[in-house]
Amino acid sequence: MSTRIIIPAILLILLALVPFAAPTLQVLLTLALAKGIAVMGVTVLLRSGQVSFGHALFFAIAAYGGAFTLMLMPGADLVIVLILGLVAAVLSGLVVGLFVARYRFIFFAMLNLAFSMIFWSILEKFYHYTGGADGMRLPRPTVLWMELERGAYELVIFYLALVLALGLGWFSMRWLDSPVGQLFRTIKTNETRLQYLGMSPQRVMLNGYVLSALLCGTGGILMGLVQGVVTPEYAYWVRSGEMVFIAVLGGAGSVPGALVGAAIYEIVRTYASAFAGDVWQMVLGVFLLIIILFAPGGIAGIYNSAMDRIAGKKEEGE
Amino acid sequence: MNLTLFLLALFDGIAYAALVFIVAVGLTLIFGVMRILNVAHGSLYAMGAYLTASLTTFIISAGLPPIFAFPTMLVSAVLIGALLGGPLEWLLLRRIYHKPEVLQLLVTFAIFMILEDVQRLIWGTQPIFQSAALQLMGTVRVFSVNYTVYQLILLPIVAVALLVGLRYFLRRTVAGKLILATTEDREAAQAIGIDADKVFLLTFIVGAGLAGLGGALASPTTSILPGIGADMIVLSFAVVATAGLGQIEGAALTALLIGLGRSFAVYVWPETQVLVPYVIMVAVLLVRPEGLFGSPSARKI
Repeated sequence: MSTRIIIPAILLILLALVPFAAPTLQVLLTLALAKGIAVMGVTVLLRSGQVSFGHALFFAIAAYGGAFTLMLMPGADLVIVLILGLVAAVLSGLVVGLFVARYRFIFFAMLNLAFSMIFWSILEKFYHYTGGADGMRLPRPTVLWMELERGAYELVIFYLALVLALGLGWFSMRWLDSPVGQLFRTIKTNETRLQYLGMSPQRVMLNGYVLSALLCGTGGILMGLVQGVVTPEYAYWVRSGEMVFIAVLGGAGSVPGALVGAAIYEIVRTYASAFAGDVWQMVLGVFLLIIILFAPGGIAGIYNSAMDRIAGKKEEGE
Repeated sequence: MNLTLFLLALFDGIAYAALVFIVAVGLTLIFGVMRILNVAHGSLYAMGAYLTASLTTFIISAGLPPIFAFPTMLVSAVLIGALLGGPLEWLLLRRIYHKPEVLQLLVTFAIFMILEDVQRLIWGTQPIFQSAALQLMGTVRVFSVNYTVYQLILLPIVAVALLVGLRYFLRRTVAGKLILATTEDREAAQAIGIDADKVFLLTFIVGAGLAGLGGALASPTTSILPGIGADMIVLSFAVVATAGLGQIEGAALTALLIGLGRSFAVYVWPETQVLVPYVIMVAVLLVRPEGLFGSPSARKI
């Protein structure tokens, strides 16, 4: 067990030192953390055996929620922007969840896709309010009512993203191990038995769905705060597809895997876009196929089996 | 709303419904037989449209008469079915029939991602427009409305012929009955000597060909640009889910319902145009989760 913890702990310390040791990576890793938090939302859903092709919806709703907050209340503080953005994501997660929690598999995946495409076309069509395809600006808010320079602001957002990633990741893992989370995972193994226990699978599903909306929303608003602009592309299916890809890459259902997957994905994308920018989705698709067919456990699965082998060798040596 | 607008909305709706039905019926056929929702169906539709437009432009620039635009559509549909659909089933889908449903969805989604970029590599991102077939057939005057013969007469005829043809094929011919038997119980069908692998391959080729045909028929009526595949898969899923997955006749009715709903929305309240199909789907699924014509499946404990 102890060896298993060492590598993640080292990675975490390195990550926390990035702004001082490798400042050029700071913005990139902030984006990766934001995306990783959003991917955790998809990962949580994967634990119930469901995949959503439309979770960029909550990503975009929170980001636009933040942008509208700053438009209607100029000079609003980061705390208020964050909270109102998340409230928007959670409320919409509740409304959409009430509907989609009744469905599984194909219907669940495609209804989520339909909702995100509806929101995307609303963002594009109602350009008087949303700025259409150009999107909305998300000006830099004050941090705890203090005006910050750009460098200091980015540093704050980096650590905010890191703290939120750790906190929400820890919470998601605790939640999955809690009685509600256990019931939620039962949807994957045997939903009918859940009903025989007198539970409502819909309500259990709704719980997990709202959590996943909250996670995706947190990722979305952090992304908007870093980039300073939100566009309809936030809600487009490509974004949802990317989240599903990272979730599978990190290891289907592994919360830390989501963060590691997002970091690897973001770094590879930044350096690969120079020569594979035009075929990026194709590369993703091919990798997705390879992971599903040959390494279904993703990075988390590979890591765990490597650790098992080390642990096994030790026992033999003793 | 006066008569002219009403007729325009009606004709728009019928033409649109015919196209959506042709694509959706392929999707529902594949699902009915193989129990796989092919997310890449939308890409096959888009590639059918692109292929037809390029081939037609090539034929006309080679000096051949524009009437060749029509056989070109059929050729494109067959090419999409045989050259794309066939290898996809044979190389990829065949490996995942026994895997969990989520993985099946992910695999077709991965194919969708790959094909979207393949389109962009081959045809670029500029919109393509090739309406030779539409112009060739001219227009027809109904009361006070001029409408293209292609959309008002040809498309609905193809759609109805397809519906009747599929019904006949599945219920009356040997090959169709083999498909139905495999759908009903794969193991029992194999036990009496039906080659289920071959049935699946054939079904997927036909379904992919129908997506290609839908794209081919749609190509003269619209400009083709990246993203039409994603729109079409969501829309045809809405049609198929509203009808009940695997319901061919039901898909025809819901295509009409959604097509008309959408086109009347265009004239009454244009901003809601994209919302109407989904509003109809959500409303139906709230009341009947298995779709209008689907039947609830028995639960295994």
